Amino acid sequence: MIEAIFTYEFLQNAVLSGLIIGLIAPMLGLFIVVRRMAMISDALSHVALAGIAGSLYLSQQVLFFAALNPVYLGMGAAVVGSLLIERLRRVYRSFEELAIPIILSAGIGFGAIFISLAKGFGTDLVGYLFGSVSAVSRQDLYIVLLIAIIVIAFLYFLYKELFSLAFDPEYARVSGINERIIQAAFMVITALVIGASMRIVGILLVSSLMTLPVAAAIQLAKSYKGALVYSVIFGEIAVIIGLISAYYLDIAPGGTIVVTSVFILLIVLFWKKVRA
Amino acid sequence: MYMTNSIIKLDHITHKYHHSVALSDVSLEVKQGEFWALIGPNGSGKSTLLRIILGLLKPTEGTIQLFGGPIDSFKQQQRIGYVSQKSNAFTTRFPATVLEVVRSGLTSKKGLFKRFTKEDEQRALDALQVVKMADYHGKSIGDLSGGQQQRVFIARALVSKPDLLIMDEPTVGIDRQNVESFYSMLSELNRDYGIAILLVTHEIDLVTQLATHIACLNRTIHFHGVHADYEKMSESELSGWYGHPVRRLHQKETERAR
Repeated sequence: MIEAIFTYEFLQNAVLSGLIIGLIAPMLGLFIVVRRMAMISDALSHVALAGIAGSLYLSQQVLFFAALNPVYLGMGAAVVGSLLIERLRRVYRSFEELAIPIILSAGIGFGAIFISLAKGFGTDLVGYLFGSVSAVSRQDLYIVLLIAIIVIAFLYFLYKELFSLAFDPEYARVSGINERIIQAAFMVITALVIGASMRIVGILLVSSLMTLPVAAAIQLAKSYKGALVYSVIFGEIAVIIGLISAYYLDIAPGGTIVVTSVFILLIVLFWKKVRA
Repeated sequence: MYMTNSIIKLDHITHKYHHSVALSDVSLEVKQGEFWALIGPNGSGKSTLLRIILGLLKPTEGTIQLFGGPIDSFKQQQRIGYVSQKSNAFTTRFPATVLEVVRSGLTSKKGLFKRFTKEDEQRALDALQVVKMADYHGKSIGDLSGGQQQRVFIARALVSKPDLLIMDEPTVGIDRQNVESFYSMLSELNRDYGIAILLVTHEIDLVTQLATHIACLNRTIHFHGVHADYEKMSESELSGWYGHPVRRLHQKETERAR
């Protein structure tokens, strides 16, 4: 595979994008999991599906969309979805979690309509649903890189605020942290990471890469920093093993990456039990 | 802002939830260095009053001043340390060390986009020293007992060097022996560091022995004043506003109970 990476550009794109996603998805995922928001990434990925399906449908109808990378509309839909979830959480103050199934079903609903209208998309859509090694373009790689820079800067500069909000939201509010703005920015960032990851792991599996490595990490870590490091290590291991096996077995990388994450989690749980 | 030693000033605070009155015409002033115990039965409006003071709730009527200025323009949140009820503060398996938790008390003092430094870490260690928990700085917060966790939360409130500590029933879920050492530590903080304390509780025996001032709340303030005047109140008077019979433990009985 090493030789092939140097030969084929599409493989370079897939490996580099995969490594970047293996870094940012679990990093952001830790903040999502400890805030008990794991389902939000699932909801947003389904909204991204609506955007992707919409873009693929429009590309059959309008020339402009034929030239547009569907990732943009997918990401745009996820960002709009993230802001709508925030809005709905405020409308249903006593039933905040209602926002998630509302947005999730709206996403699937629109997705289903676009897919039916276009009479199916064949391999294109399957690539978006489960990820693809061969479909990552250089342009996709640049989008992933740009988003990674934004995400890392966001987490680096707002680390202490995000930690406070995750650990004890009431204390954070009392101490004067502007929860509303930080939360809205956090949701948009989550939507961007989902948009960036969907090419490699696929819409249906993107939330797993944000939660499974973190689930394993919090079993081992004593500190928040430790949890962050473990999450990234597990995420990268899953991406590397997942991409290699997807390449040799010629199957969708989303599946192999996520199944590797599940194995990592099982090994960690088993190891912890043996040690106890 | 003019110079004042007034820290909290509540003027005729009334608060209604829909049509039910939670607080009626509450006026109270907490000054520098005072240790106030705000006592009252369950449902007496203690938590509502606290949420109003913390700026989490706007009262239906009345005004609040913090450090001599109106609450709406108050921007120095680091001058107030807040310790909530342990039971609802955090997820017990949250992956964070004691030091990380205490350091997070400096978040708003540092300001947006600034990272923690070595000095901030030292400040957190100093705050842990005050509550006698410095040896635990590397431990995971979830591995500590309820009493130890509450000390860590006090350290988090102290790390920004506040002038006022506000505590909402901080001893809920802590065993009796640890409650006593916890309260004596508060007394030391008030005496040795001059930190004003406003402690909300429904336990009236232990706290009232330590506080310099006492306010009795049951929707409205039934008594407020210095400890000596509170001691003059008869048990039947106390029971009257508390809503059920109250027996006061006196100093000697409290010591005997220890």
